[in-house]
Amino acid sequence: MLLIDCPSCGPRDENEFHYGGQAGIACPTGDMTDERWAEYVFMRDNPKGWFHERWFHVHGCRTWFTVERHTVTHEIRKPR
Amino acid sequence: MRFTFDGRPMTGEPGDTLAAALLRNGVRVVGRSVDLGRPRGIFAAGPEEPNALVRVGADPILAATTVELHDGLEARSLRGKGRVDLDAVDERRCDKGYLHCDVLVVGGGPAGLAATLAAGRSGARVILVDDQPRLGGDLLNSRLLLDGAPALDWVAGLDLPARVLTRTTAAGYYDHNYVLAVERRARGERLWHIRARRVVLATGAHERSVAFPGNDRPGVMLAASARAYANRYGVRAGRRAVVFACADSGYEAAEDLTAAGVDVLAVVDPRPSGLPADVEVLAGQVVTGTTADAEGVLTGVRAGARHFDADLLAVAGGWNPAVHLFSQSGGRTRFDEELAAFVPGTSAQAERPAGACRGLYGTREAIADGYAAGAEAAGRTVPGLRVPECGERPLRRPAALWLVERTPGSEPAFADLHRDVTVADLARATGTGMRSVEHVKRYTTAGTGADQGKTSGAVVVGVMSALLGAAPGQVGTTTFRPPYTPVSFATLAGRDRGALSDPVRTTALHDAHVARGAVFEDVGQWKRPWYFPRDGEDMEAAVRRECHAARTAVAAMDASTLGKIDIRGADAGEFLDRVYTNMYSTLAVGACRYGVMCGADGMVFDDGTTTRLADDHYLTTTTTGNAAAVFDWLEEWRQTEWPDLDVSFTSVTDHWATVAVAGPRARQVIAAVAPEAVELAFMRYASVPVLGVPGRVFRISFSGELAYEVNVPWRYGRALWEAVLELGAVPYGTETMHVLRAEKGFAIVGQETDGTVTPQDLGMGWIVSARKPDFVGKRSHARPDTARQDRKRLVGLLADDPAALVEEGAQLTAAGVAPMLGHVTSSYHSAALGRTFSLAMARNVSPGDRLTAVSGNVAHPVTVVEPVFYDPDNTRRDGDPLVESPAPYAGECRSESPAAAFAARFEAASTPRAHLREVPFEPMWEVRGTDPGAGLRLGPDWWLVTGDVPPRPGWVDVSGQRTVLELAGPAAHDVLITGCPIDLDPSVFPGHAQTLLAKTSVILERVSPETYRIYVRSSFARYLAEWLIDALEAL
Repeated sequence: MLLIDCPSCGPRDENEFHYGGQAGIACPTGDMTDERWAEYVFMRDNPKGWFHERWFHVHGCRTWFTVERHTVTHEIRKPR
Repeated sequence: MRFTFDGRPMTGEPGDTLAAALLRNGVRVVGRSVDLGRPRGIFAAGPEEPNALVRVGADPILAATTVELHDGLEARSLRGKGRVDLDAVDERRCDKGYLHCDVLVVGGGPAGLAATLAAGRSGARVILVDDQPRLGGDLLNSRLLLDGAPALDWVAGLDLPARVLTRTTAAGYYDHNYVLAVERRARGERLWHIRARRVVLATGAHERSVAFPGNDRPGVMLAASARAYANRYGVRAGRRAVVFACADSGYEAAEDLTAAGVDVLAVVDPRPSGLPADVEVLAGQVVTGTTADAEGVLTGVRAGARHFDADLLAVAGGWNPAVHLFSQSGGRTRFDEELAAFVPGTSAQAERPAGACRGLYGTREAIADGYAAGAEAAGRTVPGLRVPECGERPLRRPAALWLVERTPGSEPAFADLHRDVTVADLARATGTGMRSVEHVKRYTTAGTGADQGKTSGAVVVGVMSALLGAAPGQVGTTTFRPPYTPVSFATLAGRDRGALSDPVRTTALHDAHVARGAVFEDVGQWKRPWYFPRDGEDMEAAVRRECHAARTAVAAMDASTLGKIDIRGADAGEFLDRVYTNMYSTLAVGACRYGVMCGADGMVFDDGTTTRLADDHYLTTTTTGNAAAVFDWLEEWRQTEWPDLDVSFTSVTDHWATVAVAGPRARQVIAAVAPEAVELAFMRYASVPVLGVPGRVFRISFSGELAYEVNVPWRYGRALWEAVLELGAVPYGTETMHVLRAEKGFAIVGQETDGTVTPQDLGMGWIVSARKPDFVGKRSHARPDTARQDRKRLVGLLADDPAALVEEGAQLTAAGVAPMLGHVTSSYHSAALGRTFSLAMARNVSPGDRLTAVSGNVAHPVTVVEPVFYDPDNTRRDGDPLVESPAPYAGECRSESPAAAFAARFEAASTPRAHLREVPFEPMWEVRGTDPGAGLRLGPDWWLVTGDVPPRPGWVDVSGQRTVLELAGPAAHDVLITGCPIDLDPSVFPGHAQTLLAKTSVILERVSPETYRIYVRSSFARYLAEWLIDALEAL
């Protein structure tokens, strides 16, 4: 059970949150190739190590926010 | 204390474990080994016991060394693999609880006690857990004097500034210092979820055995355990003993056994020199074998050429620090050559091992280390902590002896007693080429028993190192995984069993449905009426009657479960344009429009109607199952993609109770309950009085008939339903709803769709705007795979046999041969059509095509048709004209609070310690944007205002959305921690929070030091009421 620091509510147990996947993936706009669009819809990084990811405090303040989590140790820190 | 073992009556002493009591009664053989069926006796005195497994009550497998004796206990031995008694009644009342602390100390031995003292005195919030009934750890088993007095006097004199949980085993160490601990209580275990800022692991050490021939005889026992039975329980594990002392603790055992009246014949010490002792010491020698009587019980011990007639062989094979929790925390162990054991190496979390857990076996050094660990964990050192004096000898380096070679014809030498794994088995594994301890574990099953190899793990590694010619540190250990000791499923389930295993959501109309004998269907967590059988009708007959009423007269359904989202803001229309495939910014005020929402992948995600209530105000409905997902989805796009848009969302699903009134005569009913809505045009909405209370009426149809969705605040829902039925509407359930919509070819998200279906696939290209520059999923509709022509599309099917019901899920083929062309998604008997019909998703088919629908061994010939079976020209939409204006409904519009039915049960469950009630109705609003200067802040720019205050424009009425329960009294906190994971300590808890209680979201508000208000979604109020009553009863 991870302890996730919600920017609005403070540290809460993981099961108060929904996971939102990789952070910083903007929805592309305008004309683009099928490949570029497929990249946005289907492709995400899966690093071993530090990872920027989004969480949603669904059972709390309903805020989306980004944290950095180490995918091996689960250490969490404020995103750089 | 009287007890029975395998039906034999025996007596024990208070404070005995079952194992101690069995030894007291002279029981040598307690069971047979799992594979070889060899007789086995008690081997240890704690949770590391590999042999003495018993069944007590409904618990199928327990170590006798961990079972506290009580009067009337009935224990049975396990023969072979044992079995679960499926008829055993489990009457335990297990529970759980959440605790928070600055410092968690695991283990109440010298190091743990010292750490607790040091951390607690510095002002930290400290929790100490220990698995024994009494604190003291190994001091309980010892004759050691501290400051000249019995060691337990020192323990008793400690004033521990901590919450102390005895009989509590820390079983699992998880991420971010989350520790699960099982407290054994007479009525059933309690699983504590402990979140600690720092953890001190004072878990001690386990003694290990040596793999010598015949080392599994009943009568062979760990030396420290034999000593514990003598000192702590006053039980002699034998009369004539030999001690095998690879470590100096063997000499202490020899002295204590002698003092207890055991005739110690010799100490066998493999090291070159022994210690001075009152008994014969065979230095530089090893135990080479044992002899046994006809029962297999130990009668003698061989050490080289010597043979001793002995009924007890006490083996001090050395010590293994109990690194289980350390390792579970992610810490890495290392092999310490000096100690010949794996010890904690690099930490991964905010924890620190102390005392014997890191190889400091002396009492004084453990206490000193405990003080240091406690101070470090608390971040402050307090003066005045003294290490008591005691006369311990310095410990010599133990012998790193793992196995004694067999001679031909000797007994097998066991590495793992529980799993019957011998040295020969390990040799067979390494002989096949295995080098990894993980492979050998899986091949031989060593370490996989209920004891998880606590006494055998190091022996297996040591034997492997000898077999492979590698150092034990190179072989390494297997991974330590939770739980440290077995935890029963009943403990894990706690009170979340039966009716509380999963929340049940109910509508305001639920009691009325129950009273009418509705058969319910689970839709997500909702209970929805499936059909309303009358006079012994079966489902088919009931549904046929309900459909007939809706198609020819008037019928009504509880539609309260549909998600309802209030959407406000200057950019609300723009926002909806971006998330729906069609246009909403152009929708007229007062008009409703059906829409489909797609994911970024272009696939249908949800559908529903959206109504424009005002220029900057919409109400969107979602499917029942997707309500939460859609609500979250909107918030995601607003916050992460379009933060510049002025729009906010408020769930009002539970605020409104919704009754769908459908059928050609629906207008008659509406004229009586909401006369001002009677002229409403199709897909229009009106905010009008309903039964005299403020309501909303939408002219929306999901059946093709004239239909209205009538909304009133939750507390009037039941009154509205009763009125509508009294006015002649026939109640119908979800099955009839499905038939009616399928006859019209309306797809259901999640039934026709499965995440791979686009709006175009459903034949709904008309709902996908070509004019809008963009919406979520638009670009995906142009991807080659989404745009190709041979995708599965929605079609209708008619079986050749009009009575044959094709099974949903049936595969469609041409002429019964591959390839599969699609599958049947919906299939019903239709009263209106007088036959069966189906909807299907199929590729490359056109109306008139002949297909075969195959499911199991049944094949139905079917014909493809258009997917609209009933009234394709929508002629029935406006129903019958009003024959005469009926009188307004005269009945009372009674208000009923969501927990009204619980009032008496709340009172009955309440005690002076904890009182439970429903707080009388008060209006409530959710406020976005500007701080109202009152109420509870729920999040950024989000408040809940309660009470008789004049609402301001833009406030969303959510009076029915939540039900407020109040829990008051000195034990209120104790009730809440059994289901609320956040820290409610006054130093931390800000006064209110949105969090979880049991398995539902709540707003928890502390209105006075011992009074809490719980704001729960009204549909979860019944579930939470049941949960709270159960919690009060469990106090």
